[in-house]
Amino acid sequence: MKKLVILGAGTAGTMILNKLYNELDTNQWSITIVDKEETHYYQPGFLFIPFGIYSRKDVIKPKRDFFPSGVSVIMSEIDKIDVNENKVILKNNVVLSYDYLIIATGSRIDPSEIEGMQGSLWRKNVFDFYTIDGACSLGKFFKNWEGGKLVIHITEMPIKCPVAPLEFAFLADWYFSERGIREKVDISFVTPLSGAFTKPKASAILGDFLEKKNIKLIPDFLIQRVDNEEKKIVSYDEIEVPFDVLVTIPTNKGDEAIARSGLGDELNFIPTDKHTLLAEGFDNIFVIGDATNLPSSKAGSVAHFQADILVENFLDVIEGRKPSAKFDGHANCFIESGFGKGILIDFNYDTEPLPGKFPLPGIGPFSLLEETQMNHFGKVMFRWMYWNFLLKGVELPIESHMSMAGKRF
Amino acid sequence: MAVIEISGKQIELDADGHLKNLSDWNEDIAKALAQEEGIPELTDRHWLVINYMRQEFQKNNDAPSIRKLTKESGVDTKELYQLFPKGPAKKAAKIAGLPKPKGCI
Repeated sequence: MKKLVILGAGTAGTMILNKLYNELDTNQWSITIVDKEETHYYQPGFLFIPFGIYSRKDVIKPKRDFFPSGVSVIMSEIDKIDVNENKVILKNNVVLSYDYLIIATGSRIDPSEIEGMQGSLWRKNVFDFYTIDGACSLGKFFKNWEGGKLVIHITEMPIKCPVAPLEFAFLADWYFSERGIREKVDISFVTPLSGAFTKPKASAILGDFLEKKNIKLIPDFLIQRVDNEEKKIVSYDEIEVPFDVLVTIPTNKGDEAIARSGLGDELNFIPTDKHTLLAEGFDNIFVIGDATNLPSSKAGSVAHFQADILVENFLDVIEGRKPSAKFDGHANCFIESGFGKGILIDFNYDTEPLPGKFPLPGIGPFSLLEETQMNHFGKVMFRWMYWNFLLKGVELPIESHMSMAGKRF
Repeated sequence: MAVIEISGKQIELDADGHLKNLSDWNEDIAKALAQEEGIPELTDRHWLVINYMRQEFQKNNDAPSIRKLTKESGVDTKELYQLFPKGPAKKAAKIAGLPKPKGCI
């Protein structure tokens, strides 16, 4: 029996488990998946919780509902990976040996990286929405908030779902308009980037949306500390932005077990071949999803496109061939823009987001880099697709490689 | 394509205003680029950062992030901002003759 161990049962780990389970002969393969938590969170839904659109129960399901039978499931934290011995040591003292390892340990926020972020105002006036508890406590706060200075802030790149902070800003504009207090809410968007987004064309278009929605963009801001006394954030070059409520995206890091194993970079992300998805320096360890150091977005859509590539390369490697499939950095993101509309972007390593129609050239039904109701429906429908198709590894009618068809320069 | 003239030599720039050809770089060009960025004089501390960035670029084919700079160059973030005001990672890359850091998507 060959042994495959998958570390992490989030979006990426669950998808690759299901896809490989369908390909591998279970008489010859023993498959084990490890995670520390029983609950699967639909993370794209966290964005909607502060605005009362979703609640906790809308974004959770038991992880075990998505595992095929015959797979060994271990709920434990990982202590470390011993790559020399091909073993994973778990915190519950179980030691798993493997022939092949797939690391899908994701990324998470670490507010302790910034002085004062978890100070006296944490979860009182300083919130995150990248955790279920952060999103829920912000929802409670907003319900009774009568207005003031709302500062939306990105600590440093890379972050999971780089469009989420923008979506948050757009939804805040809409939410406070619906409540009739928009003129009492002063919204700023503070980012270490030089514009609204990382890619020039999308950055310009999304920057225009911010302006149109009366959201002030404060670029090139690298935070040094949160001042809890005076309610302000201070940058390394002494720029100060005062807030009544700070919604921050703290530093995102890979799992601590990666650091303990000596496998990560300065943020615990694993150096990974950007095309084959093999961990650099190894021929029996693959990495998928947010755990990689790839210059692609950390997002479920990216993990989904990677999964198709990883399956092909996995089958190549176990049959003694060189990995033949190449990941192109494809990402596809619905950006909720408020008032029942959305924007869609589709891009890869080499091609920045362009306008056009998606997925059918000239037809759509979705419009790239434009604000439409149909794009919003795409986002709403996506939760259903996620639970029913995506996690289970069922094929979706979208190519894993980005297509130029339907795009305009 | 933009071109600047430095000590009588025509130097090509890319769309971001960075050197188009890495091989055009030398210390005089670094000084001229620094002046354009509002840095009148390059001190030993500036050179420490610039040389570190060039080394990293040769290794990884990308300029290091601010976090990496702080951790490995021997110059902390506060000082980086004093040396290269308003965006040290970007400014130091430009002066070091490297393309704009890819950063992260």
